[in-house]
Amino acid sequence: MAELVAYIVAGLATGAIYALAAIGFTLVWQTSQTINFAQGEYVMLPAILILAGVAFLGLPIWAAAVLGAALFVVVFGLGFKLAVVDPMIRHGVLPLAIATMALAIIMKESAKDFFSSEAQTFPSPFPAGAVDVLGVSLSLQHIAIIAVAFVAIGALQWFVTATRTGRQMQATAQNPGVALILGIPVARMVMLTFAINAGLAVLASVLISPIYLAKFSNGDVIGLFAFIAAIVGGFNQVRGALAGGLIVGVVDSLAAAYISSSYRLAVPLVLLVVIILVKPEGLFGRREERRV
Amino acid sequence: MMTMSRARVLALGAALALTAALPGSAQERVKLINVVELSGAGATAGTQWRNGIDLAVADINARGGILGRQIDIVHYDTQTNPGNTRAAVQRAIDEGTYAVLGPVFSGPIGASMQIAQRAEIAQIVGGEAAGLTRQGNPFLFRTSLSQAAAMPKLATYLKDTVKANRIAIVWVNNDFGKGGRDAMLPELQRRGIQVALDVSTEQGQADFTADAIRIRNANVDAVFVYLNEDESARFLLAARQQNVNKPMIGETTLLGARVIQLAGEAANGARGHVGLSIDAPVPAFQDFGRRYQARFNIASDHNGLKGYMAVHMIKWATERMGRFDRKGVADTLRGATITPQMEPGILITTKIEANGDLDRESFLAEVENGQQVIKATLPMINP
Repeated sequence: MAELVAYIVAGLATGAIYALAAIGFTLVWQTSQTINFAQGEYVMLPAILILAGVAFLGLPIWAAAVLGAALFVVVFGLGFKLAVVDPMIRHGVLPLAIATMALAIIMKESAKDFFSSEAQTFPSPFPAGAVDVLGVSLSLQHIAIIAVAFVAIGALQWFVTATRTGRQMQATAQNPGVALILGIPVARMVMLTFAINAGLAVLASVLISPIYLAKFSNGDVIGLFAFIAAIVGGFNQVRGALAGGLIVGVVDSLAAAYISSSYRLAVPLVLLVVIILVKPEGLFGRREERRV
Repeated sequence: MMTMSRARVLALGAALALTAALPGSAQERVKLINVVELSGAGATAGTQWRNGIDLAVADINARGGILGRQIDIVHYDTQTNPGNTRAAVQRAIDEGTYAVLGPVFSGPIGASMQIAQRAEIAQIVGGEAAGLTRQGNPFLFRTSLSQAAAMPKLATYLKDTVKANRIAIVWVNNDFGKGGRDAMLPELQRRGIQVALDVSTEQGQADFTADAIRIRNANVDAVFVYLNEDESARFLLAARQQNVNKPMIGETTLLGARVIQLAGEAANGARGHVGLSIDAPVPAFQDFGRRYQARFNIASDHNGLKGYMAVHMIKWATERMGRFDRKGVADTLRGATITPQMEPGILITTKIEANGDLDRESFLAEVENGQQVIKATLPMINP
């Protein structure tokens, strides 16, 4: 039983990180009705930028983190909206989706060519080791990751539901046309959504890189699992993305423990297929109808 | 009919003579192509191997080259992909490489070695999988000990030094990992060591938490870790996070400089057998390590040493023949014993078996305070 709890906690920790990335899928979907296929690279790149700040500019890690996070939010949050989404969206959703695939490749190859193709150590903001909780040995790092991710997601939920700006964001996501008529600065709200997505990606990057090591290819796995998480939970609901991330994380952890690490990638994919067959809108998603 | 004046003929002759007398001129070059993992799961090992080659080429060229010819080195990235490796080896041969260097990962070696064999060109590789040299390819040569040579030493170490009776094995499910596990299992059985937990992992695996928890809860005396560089570091980090307090025993990779650098404090306490190490009590290794650090600003692991030795194996064979002969390189290397007196770049006495395997001294080591510390030197198997 203690072992099972340990696997579940480990799964919740990685699942919380998948959830942060999956929420990014959801936010971009709600504002532009497209899938950002570079979402995995969004989680990979901030850690690389932070390490580049240390290596090339000689900054202390905290300063590199602040600079890297700010740079990432500006370039890949606001810049992404202005340089990729705005020019492409008028041509339809498919060209935009393809543009994000191209962006993913550019981000990945740039990280490899301009920084390093090798894995790099990324300092953990949390202490190492484990603590004994009711007879279960739990990693301090995992506990901290779960706590930080949940606080971040909770803060986002509070912001969206309890603040004026958040409600304007929601209104924009639900119906931009009506929001515009009501005097809501739609363009600014969309921009804010992209900035939040980039901010969540930075947080996920800082949380996951001490475990995975910072490497240009990290986006492959993270992007795939976050995408599965978003579909499992529901692509149009933040709480769905959260639940999806946690479910995928736990399923992955249990698969590695009780089936085999060799088959662990297959298990979330099986889950994805089952969800698509049984509840295509996701566990917490709502059906969307479109008149054609 | 055009005729040349005597002055022009003399001038042309003088120019040709001068050109021939200058080593390193455009006409006096030998091309070597390195086909290696510079991205993908093998990037850490491949980058070290490439650096070692670059250092060797710089050293050899600075001393006048091979038989007066400067080396032109070209590196092709296989992206740790067997298909790309095959294409890159074929390209290297088509472009006239004198010998093929690389790759390092056993899977891509297995997928590409027949191409160099068909072209009758020596291929000097960094792989350790025992099966590679059992295929009767007379053009394939290792730069590291085969698993078949290393595993008996490690199993003896587990039994006699670690005093382990029940162990867990964590291995990567690729040619390298499976080859190592398959070579280790009979050696353990012969010594009465039971494998209580057999954990297969994936190449490129990022999260080892579940594996670490399984091992923590298993009743074992030690853990034999046989993973590639990045995964070794991730596993050690996960094991530390989960308070796994079992001895971590490895074969070369686990104790490598790069793994120690990536895993930080989590690498402390790891021990086992290493085939090559810049920390070994061999002055030539230590000198190489210092020069490598100065040039690349990172510590060399065994792959850096292997890359350096690979180029010097080709140099030694060519100089022994006294001519450039692609096929002759392989013929000369087979069965040879190269000493540092014959070829300083070989760094340590190296015996090349008829099948391309190597025999040389190796070492028992432990990681202490972020440093690999050599505890003992093991003799050659067949001195």
